[in-house]
Amino acid sequence: MRRFAYHEPSTLEEASKLLVELGDDAYVFAGGTDLLVEIRERLRKVSHLVNIKSIPGIRDISWDPATGLTLGALVTARQLETLTGVQQTYPNFAEALRSLGSIQVRNRATVVGNICRASPSADTIPPLIADGAIIHYYTPQGMRRMPLSEFFTGPGRTVLKRGEIATGIILPAPEANSVRAYIKHGRRKAMELATVGVAVSFVREGNRCSQARIALGAVGPTVVRATGAEAILNGSLLDDDVIDRAGVQAMNDCTPISNVRASADYRREMVNVLTRRAVRTALEATA
Amino acid sequence: MKQIVELIINGDSHDVIVEEHRSLLDTLREEAGLTGTKKGCDVGDCGACTVLVDGQPVNACLMLAVEASGKRVETVEGLQSASGALHPLQDAFMRHGASQCGFCTPGILMMARQLLEENPDPTDEEIRFGLSGNICRCTGYTKIFDAIRSAAQEMRTTRETEVTL
Ligand SMILES: Cc1cc2nc3c(=O)[nH]c(=O)nc-3n(C[C@H](O)[C@H](O)[C@H](O)COP(=O)(O)OP(=O)(O)OC[C@H]3O[C@@H](n4cnc5c(N)ncnc54)[C@H](O)[C@@H]3O)c2cc1C
Ligand code: FES
Ligand code: FES
Repeated sequence: MRRFAYHEPSTLEEASKLLVELGDDAYVFAGGTDLLVEIRERLRKVSHLVNIKSIPGIRDISWDPATGLTLGALVTARQLETLTGVQQTYPNFAEALRSLGSIQVRNRATVVGNICRASPSADTIPPLIADGAIIHYYTPQGMRRMPLSEFFTGPGRTVLKRGEIATGIILPAPEANSVRAYIKHGRRKAMELATVGVAVSFVREGNRCSQARIALGAVGPTVVRATGAEAILNGSLLDDDVIDRAGVQAMNDCTPISNVRASADYRREMVNVLTRRAVRTALEATA
Repeated sequence: MKQIVELIINGDSHDVIVEEHRSLLDTLREEAGLTGTKKGCDVGDCGACTVLVDGQPVNACLMLAVEASGKRVETVEGLQSASGALHPLQDAFMRHGASQCGFCTPGILMMARQLLEENPDPTDEEIRFGLSGNICRCTGYTKIFDAIRSAAQEMRTTRETEVTL
């Protein structure tokens, strides 16, 4: 492996200072499942790793029916996957967790690292956006927070500036009568990145839909909201016609590219299919 | 920079000198001389390097040796009992011919050991889910499944006998 220096600061302030001093080739190191691969495959020039695992206060998971699920930057995908209640409360997020890599990878990979890597195909991002997650981060001027849907600026890019470190996310408690689903589409069932990922979340009164949020993965430079499709669902009765129209509209809400995993046309068509399927899955789960 | 790192491998403490960019996998194989853990892809895809760190299966190729400092690392070399008796999984793999070239076997054994620890009576679907990060390029998984099911059965029986006695 290419050589790098390794640092293990014990406070956020110290870590932030190091990142600023060491410059562009210094990276926050959490689980390392993206970084070590990128170093080995020479996809990224890394001269310094700043391991944040010794920093206290960013390791906890807590649940509160009023605020929801709070998780620190060091919480791994596997910890959440095996936590009782996540499956019942956030079935879309749970599905994304279960489909991320393997158990071995999930034992190391952090959810916040998955977010900060900002891959358009990252599995945890669509359900977290659909559920209205808020990300918290440290800046030398103080703590900041913002809706996760505003965090990404391009493939591999976030609003974080040099020396800023994500500290955790809050996933709001589900509204009464809310339903949700995430569908990851790939050629294989396991150890596969998403060709298309669709997460939906909405509130239903009978079959009437409100507060719909649809997030689409791997079909644009960042995970995107399908705002047109959301508008069709909101206030409507979820019959076949409405669901079909939302599926078609979702195709127009995304901008996929062609690459080794799939063509743009195929991805667009799958957005249609999976959006309809995700809405139905969410409905059925509570029927 | 070089550091001395204390690794507790299969219960024994080892002080190894490592450079910061060295993976736990390379350190186990080259510094600690434990070559049972295999290197397939070196990027987390194949699972051949699976070891347990503080009881949890991880890809040793995706962990730095410095990160394992003071942690409990278990490798395939520690699977047999102190008296030298094979672990029921090792025995079952032999009986069922579950290893062809055997390259993926150490990783699968470590993964399976942890699986059975958490879930002594897994369904086929649960075994499949658990092993999805372990790739065998020699054969299908039928014999591997047979071996794991059979070891699970045997381990459950042993446990029951221990309880009744
Ligand atoms: C074999 C394999 C299979 C995989 N399969 C999938 C999959 O199916 N789906 C999927 O979505 N991903 C997959 N991944 C990718 C990976 O596991 C995730 O992206 C992981 O969640 C990243 O988290 P980490 O803690 O390992 O991050 P790291 O590798 O430590 O960091 C990732 C990036 O985020 C930055 N970063 C990390 N934490 C912070 C923080 N707190 N603040 C600011 N920046 C930070 C780092 O600087 C780096 O740029 C796979 C990886 C492997 C090796
Ligand atoms: S060598 Fe580590 S997963 Fe392949
Ligand atoms: S037995 Fe050869 S790789 Fe599995």
